[in-house]
Amino acid sequence: MAFLRRPLLLLLLVTHQFLQLWIASGSVNEEGQKQEEFYEELLLKPLPDRKVLTHFHFQSSAPPSTSNGRHHHLFPKAISQLVQKFRVKEMELSFTQGRWNYESWGGFDSIPSSNAKPPGVELWAVFDVPQHLIDALWKNLTHTLSGLFCASINFLESSTSYSAPEWSFPPALGNLRYGTLPREAVCTENLTPWMKLLPCRDKAGISMLLDRPSIYRGFYHSQRLHLTSTGFSSEGMDLGIILEQTLTVVLQPNIQRASLARTSEKHIQPSWSLSSIFGKEVNGKCVLAETSNVYLLLDRSLVAELKQLHKENEKSAEIVLTSENFWTNSNFELSAKPDRIFIEESSLLSKNSSILYKFEIEKYSEFKPFDLGLTWKIPVGWMCQQAPLHASRFLMGSGNERGAIAISLISTQPSEGSMGANFDGERCELRVDVFQVVPWYVKVYFHSLQVFVDQQPKAVSDIIGTIHVSPSKDKVSPGVMELALKLPCNVSSAALTIEFDKGFLHIDEYPPDANQGFDIPSAIVSFPNFHASMVFLENDYLNKSPLLSKFQEKSPVMSYTEVLLVPLTTPDFSMPYNVITITCTVFALYFGSLLNALRRRVAEEERFLKEKAAKKTGRIPLLLSKLSAKLRGRRPEPPHPPPGSSSLVNSKLVLKVVLVAGLAVCWQYYIS
Amino acid sequence: MEKLKKKIRSFSFWNWVIASIIFRLILIYFPKNLNLCSRPEVSTPLTSFRRLAEGYWLKQSSMSPYAGSMYHGSPLLLSLLGPLTVKRIEGQPNHLLYSLVSVIADVVSAMLIRATGQNLQVAYFGTLKSLDLVKQIELSGLVPLAAFGWVIATHLSLYPAILIIPVHLSFVLAICDLLLGYGPDAPPRKLFLQRHQQKGLSSQSKLPPGFSWGSIIHFAFWALLWSVYVLVLCGISLKQFGGLWEMFKSTYGFILTVEDLSPNVGVLWYFFAEVFEFFRNFFLIVFHVNILFMILPLAIRLHHRPCYLAFVYVAICSMLKSYPSVGDSALYLALSLPSDMQFSLFLFCGYVGVSLLSPVMHNLWIWRGTGNANFYFATAMVYACLQIVLVVEGVSAMLNHDRKLRSLILDKPRDAKS
Repeated sequence: MAFLRRPLLLLLLVTHQFLQLWIASGSVNEEGQKQEEFYEELLLKPLPDRKVLTHFHFQSSAPPSTSNGRHHHLFPKAISQLVQKFRVKEMELSFTQGRWNYESWGGFDSIPSSNAKPPGVELWAVFDVPQHLIDALWKNLTHTLSGLFCASINFLESSTSYSAPEWSFPPALGNLRYGTLPREAVCTENLTPWMKLLPCRDKAGISMLLDRPSIYRGFYHSQRLHLTSTGFSSEGMDLGIILEQTLTVVLQPNIQRASLARTSEKHIQPSWSLSSIFGKEVNGKCVLAETSNVYLLLDRSLVAELKQLHKENEKSAEIVLTSENFWTNSNFELSAKPDRIFIEESSLLSKNSSILYKFEIEKYSEFKPFDLGLTWKIPVGWMCQQAPLHASRFLMGSGNERGAIAISLISTQPSEGSMGANFDGERCELRVDVFQVVPWYVKVYFHSLQVFVDQQPKAVSDIIGTIHVSPSKDKVSPGVMELALKLPCNVSSAALTIEFDKGFLHIDEYPPDANQGFDIPSAIVSFPNFHASMVFLENDYLNKSPLLSKFQEKSPVMSYTEVLLVPLTTPDFSMPYNVITITCTVFALYFGSLLNALRRRVAEEERFLKEKAAKKTGRIPLLLSKLSAKLRGRRPEPPHPPPGSSSLVNSKLVLKVVLVAGLAVCWQYYIS
Repeated sequence: MEKLKKKIRSFSFWNWVIASIIFRLILIYFPKNLNLCSRPEVSTPLTSFRRLAEGYWLKQSSMSPYAGSMYHGSPLLLSLLGPLTVKRIEGQPNHLLYSLVSVIADVVSAMLIRATGQNLQVAYFGTLKSLDLVKQIELSGLVPLAAFGWVIATHLSLYPAILIIPVHLSFVLAICDLLLGYGPDAPPRKLFLQRHQQKGLSSQSKLPPGFSWGSIIHFAFWALLWSVYVLVLCGISLKQFGGLWEMFKSTYGFILTVEDLSPNVGVLWYFFAEVFEFFRNFFLIVFHVNILFMILPLAIRLHHRPCYLAFVYVAICSMLKSYPSVGDSALYLALSLPSDMQFSLFLFCGYVGVSLLSPVMHNLWIWRGTGNANFYFATAMVYACLQIVLVVEGVSAMLNHDRKLRSLILDKPRDAKS
């Protein structure tokens, strides 16, 4: 038996070797064909109000392939399965806590216009299927995502919580579904599954910086997942998917006591370093990543301000700005030497251009960790560039019966600055799109829409170019309002008001904390004529970096308004039984008493009683009754003879009893 | 002397009319929170003026007026009253024109009710004459008018459908009269039929009136004609939208399923806000069957008084309908009430008390947030009980009255014998 066993073992070994070889060659082939890629990047940007914006950008892409059921090297399998199963063309999911401060953090760059998100969860998806299948796919998608990200995204399943915007939502492509959950609490349990999608998790590379306590201590953080798929056209092909994961955090650096102590330096921007804001350093790159870079972005207006300061201090400002050692100048100091400096092409809008410093992580290792620090030397103040109009939204009215929603748009330009709007003939127009979803229990009266421009009421048809409304249906669908406003360019303020009635819900429809109120999701205000893009001078390199090529894309400027909290009237939750029983009692009272009133025959009853009385007692009661009748002034009723003898009555009774018993017997017989 | 008295009476009547019109005009100019347009006692989801304006706006922007769950009225009303919601007079309240129209409608309906009452009195005192009158009017073509009124009333608010029985009964000995009944301010638009008959002191009226099939067929023919006509009109106005099925779903369906749970003077809104979802359909059936169930017993007992029967039906409907308002009870309170009713003082005090307490409770609950829903519901409950007592007492008083009449008439020959 032993000698028989040996060749078998040999055979096994040989086949195993062969298989391994085959697999290896196969993988080599695959890699030759196309490659899955992963990029990790981090952008840092000082903000005017003594805060720092950190923007992590991870991108993994899987190119289209011909084989079915492909094995992924880097790309998360869960996502590719999800895309293939639900035929998702484009999807974006964001978890946000805090509100992006458009006034001080800017609203015109590509970071706020694509990464500033409404609080809670926002999900939109474009499907590559016919219209009638979309809703079913959306429901499945929400459930899948809910499982993937440990969030209650499955509440977006019900048709009352999502809508289908037609044109006002910027990535409008048709087949779009959009839903938000404003009250979703975002926490580490959502971040961990998001991080699981990265090939290096948080074990190596830039993602090592993601220290939970420091992220959630921030003023704003938004974790976003955006995926685009290509190549649906051919049948056998798998999809090419680009998965973009970003995490935007606004943090306040710890202010050193020493600098605070001196009153003269109170206005100096706080100095910070990666280790001071995250408490961690980067120990080299994630080996699976193609590129691993850290950028420091100085805003246009900040650069302009620095130039101004230079002019005051020294005469040769222009030289210093572009020179290689700009990073250690009299204004601020960087702790690491940038590998490269990019200068933005000066655009039409502003003469100034922002500056981008690039640091390559590849050069750093465990023994020489990367820690970028920025130390300010002199006080600097600047303003971020803002969207042409600052949008805010509020509620009007009091009480729980009705109210009004007002969206106010206030020009951010100090005076009649020429905004780069399109000139239609002679009249300069600024186009603003407003997209507003209201839940069904906020019953909006669309006919009550009013427009005010510069505090003057205007005719709705003058200002609103296009309007698309789908009114809410009770317990079926939310109300959607899409407006395209055409405002004059020199507008200083505009306001929209619309009235609503507050609905009354069934007790089961209230959330556990009913008296807290209900949220109206953020309205989206977008400016289709304005595009946020940063074009840098050296183009050849930029194509390699997904973050910078993202900056170069023209994305429409959009901003989200505040979430509104509408208190609704609550019924008494504690006593449904009492209400049911009391109401039913009243109905029974109605039914019984009315039927009784109809059924009664008073004269017959009187007669019957009298007969009974006459039969039972002898003369005295009869006399009494006669007396009482006389007293009443009526003629005494002559006693009628009894209708029949008692024996007859008895026989009738017996007959009845027998009949009933017979019926009962029959019933019993047939039932059994 | 007689003439002077009459003069004084008529003078005081016109005084009353003018005073009430002035009062209505003052009500129009009330500020927004006090305006009757926005009071839950007056405007229900079916009759709200703002919902009508919303429906008109949707229709004007080429959408179906039933697209949202805002408008639940007839499409014909949109084309009749819709333009009034948009037209404005500079410096006046927005709803002025519409309110003026409703004031005019109210005055007309009040005059018609008065005319009916006068006819009734004439019939009560002079039997034979009124019989001639009856015949004359019946011949002069009030049957189509009555059919029209019935069809339109059913079309607008569904519940008058059960008035078909008094209509049929009344054709035996009745004058038919059409009443255009608008409730107080914006609202309860309701065409209803008021038919009355001479209350018989004569021996003829004691006899159970036999059906005259001819007039019933006549009526049925006209009702069919009018309903086809109304449906065709609705179909035309809704042609480019969902069609008639959508209309039925969002008018009659909305009435029958009690979808809107906003507070009103009835009891159903709170009941359906609290009842368990599982039993909802069961209770919907029970409550609506309650209305239908009483039709037959009442018709049997009150068959000789179609006018009074109509009054009882109107009262029951306004008590049990899904979205009641005070306009409905104003309608039946304006109609005949038997004078020898019990508890009339108690009922009067109850009505006054409820109408004072209910706005206070509503204000406490909705506007101040200090009260509880149960307090407002309690006033609605008391109101329902008062209406129940009114109906039951009214019916039993009328039955007693008839019994007395019968005994008087039966006793007379006996007296003569003895």
